[in-house]
Amino acid sequence: MKSFIEYIVSIFKGLWTLLTGMKVTAKYFFTPWKHLTHQYPENRDTLVMFERFRGEVIMPHSEKNEHLCTGCGICEINCPNGSIEIISKSILTPEGKKKRIIDQHIYHLGMCTFCNLCVKACPTGAIVMGQKFEHAVWDRAKLTKVLNQPGSVIAAGVKE
Amino acid sequence: MSEIKEVIINNDRLATDEYLVNMGPQHPSTHGVLRLLVKLEGEKVLNVQPHSGYIHSGIEKMCEAISYPQIIHLTDRMDYLSAHMNNEAVALCVEKALQVEVPDRVKYIRTIMDELSRLASHQLWWCVFGMDLGALTTFFYGLRDRELILDIFEETCGARMTVSYNTPGGLMADIHPNFQKRVKDYLKYFKTKLPEYDKLLSGNVILKERTEGIGYLTKEDAIEYGVTGPSGRASGFSCDVRKHVPYSAYPFVKFNEILDHRCDTYARYEVRIKEMYESISIIEQLIDNIPAGDYAVKMKGVLKLPEGEFYQRVESARGEFGVFIVSDGKKNPYRLKFRSPGFSNLFALNKMATGHKIADLVAIMSTLDLIIPDIDR
Repeated sequence: MKSFIEYIVSIFKGLWTLLTGMKVTAKYFFTPWKHLTHQYPENRDTLVMFERFRGEVIMPHSEKNEHLCTGCGICEINCPNGSIEIISKSILTPEGKKKRIIDQHIYHLGMCTFCNLCVKACPTGAIVMGQKFEHAVWDRAKLTKVLNQPGSVIAAGVKE
Repeated sequence: MSEIKEVIINNDRLATDEYLVNMGPQHPSTHGVLRLLVKLEGEKVLNVQPHSGYIHSGIEKMCEAISYPQIIHLTDRMDYLSAHMNNEAVALCVEKALQVEVPDRVKYIRTIMDELSRLASHQLWWCVFGMDLGALTTFFYGLRDRELILDIFEETCGARMTVSYNTPGGLMADIHPNFQKRVKDYLKYFKTKLPEYDKLLSGNVILKERTEGIGYLTKEDAIEYGVTGPSGRASGFSCDVRKHVPYSAYPFVKFNEILDHRCDTYARYEVRIKEMYESISIIEQLIDNIPAGDYAVKMKGVLKLPEGEFYQRVESARGEFGVFIVSDGKKNPYRLKFRSPGFSNLFALNKMATGHKIADLVAIMSTLDLIIPDIDR
């Protein structure tokens, strides 16, 4: 008889624990406006990423189409998985000296792990991390980018 | 006329037949590509044989080809839920080898980040644990709170999970001006939410019936198998690296090592819930007292470790995480080995699950909090 009473009591105690949990869920069920979900594709216009967010490597250009990259290749050395390739070319300066400058700063987005080592290592601050995060494309070849814009030159006064 | 033979089905023999079932590598409750070869008798588990290596990525071998600062970004991808601790282990090991003393500011920030990721990791574990036992609600509640921690990480470190915030000699960047305010706001918020976790799941009669007395792991077995972290502490094995070999700012804070002697699945559940309270108290002790100073020591461009062997261990969210570096004086390690907690914890599964039902196997595996890239590396 005693065990039977204990059995009945345990049923009600068990039910009570379930109701305690249900009370929490009911609280949220009836006050949904307090706990809103982000409607992601719809809020694209107002969505601002944090300033330090590492989305992709970019090379900022000024209005005169100038960048700060000297083509030294330190970012290429620091990259752990070979996502940066520097192709440089040599030109003749007006003084008649040979000088190596950047031809193409190739960035393989598909291989990048966004570890920030290239940006940290860059001595002139030519590359920074961009905020764009929607990188899906139909063709894998599109993930290989040339960071310096065509026709761009190095800004005057950048120390090499 | 051919003779028709009557096939006699021996009921006794059928009942005692043992059979092998593959659980995984694509089973949702194995949390990744883990394959368990389960020997069953009816629904009773006789033997569990874990087969790992389905997403083996050769991280230890890759580390031999890259320099020490570059190793850090690979450790993010092992135990992605305690990325900060993994980063810190490598950073501390390199600092130990070079005999660099980092400023107090770095130590404080590292510890706060460690505890935040421990909170985030335990929250994710909690919601997945509920889901494994069939309570889908917990999944949304846990993720809701974890999301705010990831926002804090994103603002300061620049990434949500693969943070790479520690570097040998300090941190990648100083904390964001909003960091302290955000963390304090978060703790205030989360302190009201943590009791809800107890209401929702901890006292629940179904959870208790399914976890109490299930998956018994004695202290001796825990030590023998090297089960560390909350899983080991639930067996009464005092193995908290933060307490026994304090690193970073842990010598400056007061906290309790949560021990439980019930050794079952419910004990492992409760240890993690109590650890969340401890993490909150550790962060509260540190957040207002971050000393001023540099966020990194100026290191050489190319780090070369002296010849020798170096070992550093930290307490990750799953247990003791160790880095063993053999250096021959070059800029790459000669050999590098990670001691990952998940690998040791996984192989105690056979001991715990034998004799229980297959549904209990899911519950036991969930309380071990396995991360498969951590096991396979």
